[in-house]
Amino acid sequence: MNTSVNLCGVTLKNPVMTASGTFGSGAEFSEFVDLNKLGAVVTKGVANVPWEGNPTPRVAEVYGGMLNAVGLQNPGIDLFCQRDIPFLQQYDTRIIVNVCGHSTEEYVAVVERLAEEPIDMMEINISCPNVKEGGIAFGQDPRAVEAITAEMKKHAKQPIIMKLSPNVTDITEMARAAEAGGADALSLINTITGMKIDIHRQRFVLANKTGGMSGPAIHPVAVRMVYQTAQAVSLPIIGMGGIMNAEDAIEMILAGATAVSVGTANFTNPKVTEEIVEGIENYMKRYQVENLTDLVGAVHE
Amino acid sequence: MANKFEELAVVVSQEALGNGIFDLTLQTKDIAAAAKAGQFVSVYCNDSSKLLPRPISLCGIDREKGTIRLVYRVTGEGTGTEEFSKMKEGDSIRIIGPLGNGFRVLPGKRAFLIGGGIGVPPMLQLAKDIRAGVAQGLENGQEIPQIQAVMGYRDAETFLLEEFKEQCKSYVATENGSVGTQGNVIDAIMANKLEADVIYACGPTPMLRALKALAKERGMECFISMEERMACGIGACLACVCKTKEKDGHSNVNNRRICMDGPVFRAEEVELQ
Repeated sequence: MNTSVNLCGVTLKNPVMTASGTFGSGAEFSEFVDLNKLGAVVTKGVANVPWEGNPTPRVAEVYGGMLNAVGLQNPGIDLFCQRDIPFLQQYDTRIIVNVCGHSTEEYVAVVERLAEEPIDMMEINISCPNVKEGGIAFGQDPRAVEAITAEMKKHAKQPIIMKLSPNVTDITEMARAAEAGGADALSLINTITGMKIDIHRQRFVLANKTGGMSGPAIHPVAVRMVYQTAQAVSLPIIGMGGIMNAEDAIEMILAGATAVSVGTANFTNPKVTEEIVEGIENYMKRYQVENLTDLVGAVHE
Repeated sequence: MANKFEELAVVVSQEALGNGIFDLTLQTKDIAAAAKAGQFVSVYCNDSSKLLPRPISLCGIDREKGTIRLVYRVTGEGTGTEEFSKMKEGDSIRIIGPLGNGFRVLPGKRAFLIGGGIGVPPMLQLAKDIRAGVAQGLENGQEIPQIQAVMGYRDAETFLLEEFKEQCKSYVATENGSVGTQGNVIDAIMANKLEADVIYACGPTPMLRALKALAKERGMECFISMEERMACGIGACLACVCKTKEKDGHSNVNNRRICMDGPVFRAEEVELQ
């Protein structure tokens, strides 16, 4: 049985990765999860300089999901390279660094800084709904998506994954634009913009008013978008959005994802990533699947 | 790094203390033995539509029996805490802990232990650990400080008060004046002309702000346990940060993680908004 997958030239021992922003750089969760068992760790977004993030409250629970508006708080690329990359290098897992910025120049600064670092890939966050400049502004217009992708490719030494927003009319348009810009892979979906109001205090629950919704309630939306995107482009897709267990992960793979990222589920069960790896293996045994790649996009009418 | 455990804890007992406050004792495998006063556990819901664990402070730790005691308020109908309040002896529930730093006690310094509302419970275990000389900071036989407890309640439902009285001299303030001093914990300190060298406190932010000001005015040390909406509970997601005066070494900005670097902070280190 072979659970490995090839993501634009990088081999992952299995398709299970962590969703950016939910797992830090792995240090905290390593008390609960053996990081060696994961296909890859995707770090929290890092910018060229430290970001303070949004005021609190930054999170709210909603039925079957949660909202977050952390606002990409991060320690900046210098401390990140000094501390977080060496930490992850101790493990036998792939390192994918999520990159954020307010402007093209800021993204470029991070991508260039990472060129000589021992990381496997970069995931470019053009879909964060919680920062005022940059983030999603790059991800909602196909011309902007193509331009920023091309700019990243010009400066990057490692393969580039573009992380797409679901907060668009047609996600396949953005996927095609990223492909045209030269992206090596796509991640989808980021969170869906939501809002929660405290009816007793008649106030917004989040200090930021709006936040990105994640969790099992958005999973069917994510599966649909992964399927549509897989039909539209030939790039490998990392599927994410409300994956709570191995069943959800397999569904995403059948829809066309080569790998999956697990996010909010880490908050519900800190060991969930390891359990999903195991659950996928059990599924493969049960249905006598020799190669995991045979499942990618295998859904049929 | 402190050890954290994920466990299926078993309910030993649960009783209602009135006003929506519940008193739950759980049998743990490793958590109780590792726990310190002022730390908390994250409790997961059985209802799978509720994804985030509920952080609840430790009101009691029995390290020999391996049990922990959680005294918590039900926050409303259909909430996770309401689910917990319906659990019976023998039921099991998933928890992680012990989480956070807990209180570190200054040896020999006369102390106020101050709790407001649902911030009262963690101060009880601190009182016990100080008296037993096992609180953090007193490990090597340092001088055990004198303690006085000051609690603020809404009304005559003064939960845990009798247990505090077994530990130390205890003073009460109630909003409606039904027990003790009418007003808040500051009013009780003033009315009883109480003095100490250091404050250890847990409670609502306005209370913590007032205590920080009092400590500054009187030149006292002040340690406060803070609260914020959390997601992961272990320091990864950066949901529950507080503003700090100085740049923090981990975050590299003026922010610290309440779940991991706290919940107890030196009051002058943090900005109370």
